[in-house]
Amino acid sequence: MMERINLGAWVVAAVLVMMAVLPIVAPGDYLLSYGINLLQYGTLATAWALFSGPTRYISLATTAFFGIGAYTVAVLGEVLPWPAILLVALLIGSLVAFVVGLSTLRLSGVHFVIFTFGLSELIRQLVTWYEVNVTKSIGRYIFTDISMRQIYWQLLALLALALLIGWLIRRSRLGLALRVIGEDEVVARHLGINTTRVKVLLFVVSAAFMTLVGAVMSPRWTYIDPAIVFNPSLSFQVLIMSLLGGAGQLLGPLAGVIPLTALFEYLSGRFPNYFSVLLGVTFLVIVYLVPNGVIERLRSVFRRRPVALEQKGSV
Amino acid sequence: MLLVELTVAALTLGGLYALIAMGLTLQYGVARIMNLAHGEFMVAAAFLAYWLVTGLGLHPLLALAVALPVGFLLQWLVYQALLTPLVRRAVSPAALEVDSILATFGLLFIVQGIVLVGFGGGYYSYSYLAFPVNVLGTPVSANRLLAAGVALVIGLAIYGVLVKSRWGTAMRAMAGAPRFAHLVGINPQAMAAFAFALGGSLVVGAGTLVSMFLPFSASMGVTFTMKALVIVIMGGVGNLMGCILAALLLGVVETLVSRFVDPGLTLAATFAIFLLVLLLRPQGLFGRAGR
Amino acid sequence: MKRRQTTALFAAAMALTLSGLSVPAAAQEAPKSIRIGYSLAKTGPNAPGGETTVRPNYDMWVKEVNAAGGLMLKAYGKRVPIEVVEYDDRSSTEEAVRAIERLISQDKVDLILPPWGTAVNLAVAPLLARHGYPQLGSTSLTDKSAEFAKRWPTIFFMLGSGGEYAESLMTMLDAARKSGKIGDKVAMLHVADGFGVDAAVAARKAADRYGFKLVVDKSYPVGSQDLSPLLNEVKAQAPDVFIAWSYPPDTVLISDQARVLSFNPKVFFTGVGTQFPFFKAKYGAGLEGQMSTGGVDGESALINDYFKRHKDLTGKEPDSWGSPVTYASLQVLQQAIERVGKIDRPAILTELKAGSFDTVLGPVKFKDQVLHGIFHVGQWQNGVFQGVAPSNLKGARAAVIPKPNWKN
Repeated sequence: MMERINLGAWVVAAVLVMMAVLPIVAPGDYLLSYGINLLQYGTLATAWALFSGPTRYISLATTAFFGIGAYTVAVLGEVLPWPAILLVALLIGSLVAFVVGLSTLRLSGVHFVIFTFGLSELIRQLVTWYEVNVTKSIGRYIFTDISMRQIYWQLLALLALALLIGWLIRRSRLGLALRVIGEDEVVARHLGINTTRVKVLLFVVSAAFMTLVGAVMSPRWTYIDPAIVFNPSLSFQVLIMSLLGGAGQLLGPLAGVIPLTALFEYLSGRFPNYFSVLLGVTFLVIVYLVPNGVIERLRSVFRRRPVALEQKGSV
Repeated sequence: MLLVELTVAALTLGGLYALIAMGLTLQYGVARIMNLAHGEFMVAAAFLAYWLVTGLGLHPLLALAVALPVGFLLQWLVYQALLTPLVRRAVSPAALEVDSILATFGLLFIVQGIVLVGFGGGYYSYSYLAFPVNVLGTPVSANRLLAAGVALVIGLAIYGVLVKSRWGTAMRAMAGAPRFAHLVGINPQAMAAFAFALGGSLVVGAGTLVSMFLPFSASMGVTFTMKALVIVIMGGVGNLMGCILAALLLGVVETLVSRFVDPGLTLAATFAIFLLVLLLRPQGLFGRAGR
Repeated sequence: MKRRQTTALFAAAMALTLSGLSVPAAAQEAPKSIRIGYSLAKTGPNAPGGETTVRPNYDMWVKEVNAAGGLMLKAYGKRVPIEVVEYDDRSSTEEAVRAIERLISQDKVDLILPPWGTAVNLAVAPLLARHGYPQLGSTSLTDKSAEFAKRWPTIFFMLGSGGEYAESLMTMLDAARKSGKIGDKVAMLHVADGFGVDAAVAARKAADRYGFKLVVDKSYPVGSQDLSPLLNEVKAQAPDVFIAWSYPPDTVLISDQARVLSFNPKVFFTGVGTQFPFFKAKYGAGLEGQMSTGGVDGESALINDYFKRHKDLTGKEPDSWGSPVTYASLQVLQQAIERVGKIDRPAILTELKAGSFDTVLGPVKFKDQVLHGIFHVGQWQNGVFQGVAPSNLKGARAAVIPKPNWKN
């Protein structure tokens, strides 16, 4: 088993290195554009699954943190150097996540889903109100010289970091604690696991990545207002991609991101009218056919064979 | 007089919200399905009404009469085809809730997609009963009054049935202790399907009534769903009276905040209250602990 | 000797003929089609605007051009048909940016038509500027247009500049006040979004300069479902002028509730949507006197012909603000292309900046990439959304003040 893990890790590392070199080796705006899209969703989905996978809390707060990151850039864009802006965004996102994470103490299941969805809307409303009444101007402009390549590499770095952290967590005691919480939170508490601390920590880490992705992506839009950066459909798309691949596996979200981004790409050109319907059908496919994600389904298919062979052998 | 004017506005708005939320309370409370496609069905109903009224020339009230049974049938089919498999395989109520969220997400996009293909993304609107009615000195649009009135009548009627009739008592038993319902001879599946369908027909009715005064477009469903969810949870899951009261409360809060604080903060105030209720009293303002 | 001479003559003749034949071949082959791409939202908040104002015009123009054989490229001496590549950006700015990236790098289209709305146009402007694609924005409105025109040499603003609308409105109101038709009490509402906030800021400044009193100055959130409390408040102040910088759904709510309350100020100005065909269909004759942004010259034969063709070809009527401007943008583009004679984007850009064009709006000429000569305020008069301000524009008619009472 140890060898399998190491092989997987090497493969992933090799892929990441290849992706880093790609813009230099095969230049082309379209490839870069597609790569940015893939990395954006890949990082968001992986970050989402960092928390929602093991704890089984379905979060729709992706938009909230993504928006916070983007909006921080919009506000501080002309004032601070880029690394400082990212740091500030990280701090704000983590702080909000900390406060929100504490709320998970008393909520579960449906309530958490609605709470996180409401959170995105609430933040959006508050930012809007502040802009309309205090600064009296609602759009902000981001004029930077950041190139597409730089955005690509930053996202790649974030994805690599998210995968690394996810991998380290799994192998640590924290990961074990998480799995127990996911199975049965009451048992976990009885075992002496500080479930609150664990959940909040994970939520903050997950949100930090989402905030940074939002910040990194924002220079692409020039004009930003709350409606643009707090777009609820982002939460839904990240959710569906993670679940398709399987939020329980480290690479699961990526396994969902890759086919779905390709599918959406294809749809927006060929069948624009049917995007919504096909998105809905994909959801239903996930729920009915692959409830634990594609990777888990594939694994269960492969796992059955050795058992069957043994039985045949014994007969 | 300002007080009268505000009260009338608050009650009309609250009535509208009660209308929007009642169907969802039945679906969630009895059938245990958190139907996130709720708003989509309302919008689809609005478009159906639009088509019946402007395309076929039907009288809007007749369109309402048509919509209710259609809604019932449609939602009953949805329950049987889509949701029963989930109910069967659910290992716990929590698992069913999560599964139903995801499945109804899918339904949300499918219904929205169908409306989009049929009508496109634009805004639609038609006029019915758009004349003022004098209520205690304040003019109120007749169609809004109708919506609030219908909400009240239906709400009381269903409440009466739930409390007074055997069948209603069976539904309440289902909502209260679903695992033991069959011990007293209730068929949980049939009951859940019926409650879901009944809730669904209320949703369709609400959509039809709302279409008389709110301009609607295919993308508006989520707004309605969020409002309904907030009210259902604030009122206590499965508690119809609580739902109506929560809706009225919301109407009052929004009207007051709009008038005395800032119209820009009405939605923020709604969410803030919602979050507070979730954190401090998750069983709802009027729910009983332990549900 | 004779045979060699004959052979030489024959060879010379052949050479001459061949060289004669090759001369046209040196002037390149015409492209099979002119690829034009665009990204419009089919779903989400940007969809209603795009589907009403932009898409029907794009469809109509392509249909008409291709029915005539295509755009006339005189460098090849022939008409070349248009081939459309379109994407749905689902009202997401990121998707719109990606769609434009795709159109430029992957589909390698010749020209790109702009998306709907200010935010998206600004988002894709740097990209289009970097690759030299002209951007004739007919649905983007900002008061920073001069600054953006300098920053992005490819962008054109055909709706004028944001502040101009409030200015024209206040000038008209000032004239009405001087002739005693109205007092100086103004009530203003605006939707809490980019359009509403910017318009309100400009209107506040202009109102202050002209000495109007803002007795109500409030905003409401996007997606509000009941504006009657606000309108009650407004009515209680008995203003002469009511202005609402609103979006289509709130425009309907405000218009409905004003009628229910019998709120009849002397000037009733609402925002986007007032000049849309669905609005006219809903209120019919009861629209009389309601004002909004935009406006057309109801007497113009060009405009009337355009309205008729739009209805025939697309099945829908155009709106009376962005639609004719969008169509005009396509006429401008067509004329620029045909004058240059081939798809040479730098040359087309030069022509766009300097040339004068004939459109349904009349003659169009950009000043520093901004078009100023369009109506800013219109009023529904006898079923036509007639342009009333600036009053010195050709085809402007006098505003009917006070507005006739609502017919219930």
